Amino acid sequence: MKISGSQIIIEVLLEQGCDCIFGYPGGQVINIYDALYQNQDRIKHIITAHEQGAAHAADGYARATGKTGVVLATSGPGATNLVTGIATAYLDSVPIVAITGNVPCSLLGRDSFQEVDICGVTLPITKHNYIVKDVNDLADTLREAFRIAKSGRPGPVLVDIPKDVQIAQTEFESKKPEPEFENPKACDEQLKAAAELIAEAQKPYIYCGGGIISGDAEKEVMEFAELIDAPIGCSMMGVSAIPCSNPRFLGMQGMHGHYASSMAQAEADLVIAVGARFSDRATGNKQVYVRNCNIIHIDVDDAEIDKNITSHLGINGDVKETLAKLNTMLSKQSHPAWTAEIEQLKAKEAGMVQKSDVMTPYDIIETVNAKMPEDAVIATDVGQHQMWVAQHYKFEKPRTFISSGGLGTMGFGLGAAIGAYTATKKPTVLFTGDGSFGMNLQELATAVSTNAPVIVVLMNNGVLGMVRQWQTLFFNKHYSNTTLCRQTDFVKLAEAFGALGFRAENTAELSDALDKAIEAKRPAVIDCKIDMDEFVLPMLPPGGSIDDIITEIHGGEI
Amino acid sequence: MERYVFSILVANKFGVLTRVSSMFTRRGFNIDTLTVGETESPEFSRITISMRGDEYSRTQIIKQLSKMHDVKQVQVMERDKTVTRELLLIKIKNDSKTRQDILAAVDVFRSKIVDYSPDALCIEITGESSKINAFIELVKPFGIMEICRTGIVALERGSHCLNSEVAQ
Repeated sequence: MKISGSQIIIEVLLEQGCDCIFGYPGGQVINIYDALYQNQDRIKHIITAHEQGAAHAADGYARATGKTGVVLATSGPGATNLVTGIATAYLDSVPIVAITGNVPCSLLGRDSFQEVDICGVTLPITKHNYIVKDVNDLADTLREAFRIAKSGRPGPVLVDIPKDVQIAQTEFESKKPEPEFENPKACDEQLKAAAELIAEAQKPYIYCGGGIISGDAEKEVMEFAELIDAPIGCSMMGVSAIPCSNPRFLGMQGMHGHYASSMAQAEADLVIAVGARFSDRATGNKQVYVRNCNIIHIDVDDAEIDKNITSHLGINGDVKETLAKLNTMLSKQSHPAWTAEIEQLKAKEAGMVQKSDVMTPYDIIETVNAKMPEDAVIATDVGQHQMWVAQHYKFEKPRTFISSGGLGTMGFGLGAAIGAYTATKKPTVLFTGDGSFGMNLQELATAVSTNAPVIVVLMNNGVLGMVRQWQTLFFNKHYSNTTLCRQTDFVKLAEAFGALGFRAENTAELSDALDKAIEAKRPAVIDCKIDMDEFVLPMLPPGGSIDDIITEIHGGEI
Repeated sequence: MERYVFSILVANKFGVLTRVSSMFTRRGFNIDTLTVGETESPEFSRITISMRGDEYSRTQIIKQLSKMHDVKQVQVMERDKTVTRELLLIKIKNDSKTRQDILAAVDVFRSKIVDYSPDALCIEITGESSKINAFIELVKPFGIMEICRTGIVALERGSHCLNSEVAQ
């Protein structure tokens, strides 16, 4: 039987196990929306307030579940509004499929109304993209898009579908999803060499990236750490891979990493990096980063090996499989002196906690942490609050920390939180700042319309705190355009959107507001005032190294 | 800085050349020459890119290209195992004073005159880039009017082919 291109899109989405998509209607996707209307009992669609929010929601959906997120937008501005969301997913290796409508093939290339070459625009920020000009290619192209998005190192794929292709009819036959493309396999010699390097090491340190989460290798890493008696650190993308209750876990390392984790990395004689890409934010000065250690780099993406840091041994393979195999080749090791050194570092870090009379970001995080179950989804925006959460929230389950790492997208959080809630139905909190929240707060409307009871914990300091921190430390306190002077009443704003609004001056009020929000099962915004001169510490200055680590700041002076 | 020649077998599809060349731009690698054309199989095109860079760029380029969905095979062509050729069309002023010298150069370089007009000569020459460069240097004093070079094409010597490992 012949069916239309629009109907084919729905059928392939269902074939691929997609039960919910995010998007925004428009002239060049109206046929797809008609197919969605006719199939509303089979596939759910969530309309956001802005296409960017839809892209972040698809991303949040994917991060929280590991399933591929799908976003749909119309041509032109609809498509370009996806760009930040697609780039965010690209930098953090998140599998999403973005479907855009376009003007009919006969109007392509003529600067028609709402025409944009979205394949050209997204070329550098997608794993792959397509424009489908023949309805007979549509089903297989969409299938391939899903396959590419999920295979190996995941990432976004865009499929641009001109309107006439959505309308045209062709035969359709349902197919089972094909297995992912095969991952590269580590060869035995490399694994043997790794085992030898590990056996020689006295101070091994395991560095986990987001690849541990996307590669589902949490268990293997922890076994590996037990076997070789090593502490575990992570990049920001690796946060939540290892439970914070695991005594071997030192937390995030890097620019705003935990003191003990960054110090342990610097002291280690062997760093085993798994599913991480040594971003500049994670390493600081690269010469100093590697001065004491050999590096074993395990990654599913061969291009990451020796891209940012030259490793002594690069192993290209699926992280789960590689670690599982490596674990069978290792004998139990013990490094008591190294363990003692780590314990000292941890003790020193524990002594760095600063007390304050007013509510600090740490108090806010602790209060929320205490109210939330282990499997609650914690999303963030970008800036100081994000670093505080990455450092101090006690994550216990993988995929519970949803945050834009590589691109650092302010305005990511609310859409992502809605997507994550939609996928998991787990209690969901968004930590945000007044700067980030201001960028996409219109998605409160989506939280309300879809009954997504996301609790927005707003760390409100009236400034763009992270930039202010740099201005304080490196620009002689020239607070250029970071003091916002806005008069937004976030309680009224929440209420105007149909959400609950609370104000919290202290932890008792915060605790009370959280109880009310949880009880109400409705989206809520809790406006928490914090001091504008709270700093994210420790800090390695940009381009600096562990030798320059800043752990204390007094009156804006290092 | 070394000079590298990459042979890249890609799917013969719309937009693939842009994908490949934009990767070079995005990652900050500089292309010296680029040629592209359909292969013995209409399914594939072959891109030949020459560039200057270090060992790091060489490895990164291979890895980044290999990741691309439309790229089927990438090979760095080793100088002593590769035949490389370039074609040059060059227009030189036709002047009775220099004509004999130009014709002598054309003869020595085994190139040929492909167009002759009262005030201009168009010459075609094929060879390795070094030969082409030498020819250009030689005729410079006669007055070069314009130049068009194809960039390098390259094939490995012997029976091994770029498509050997690609499933047909």
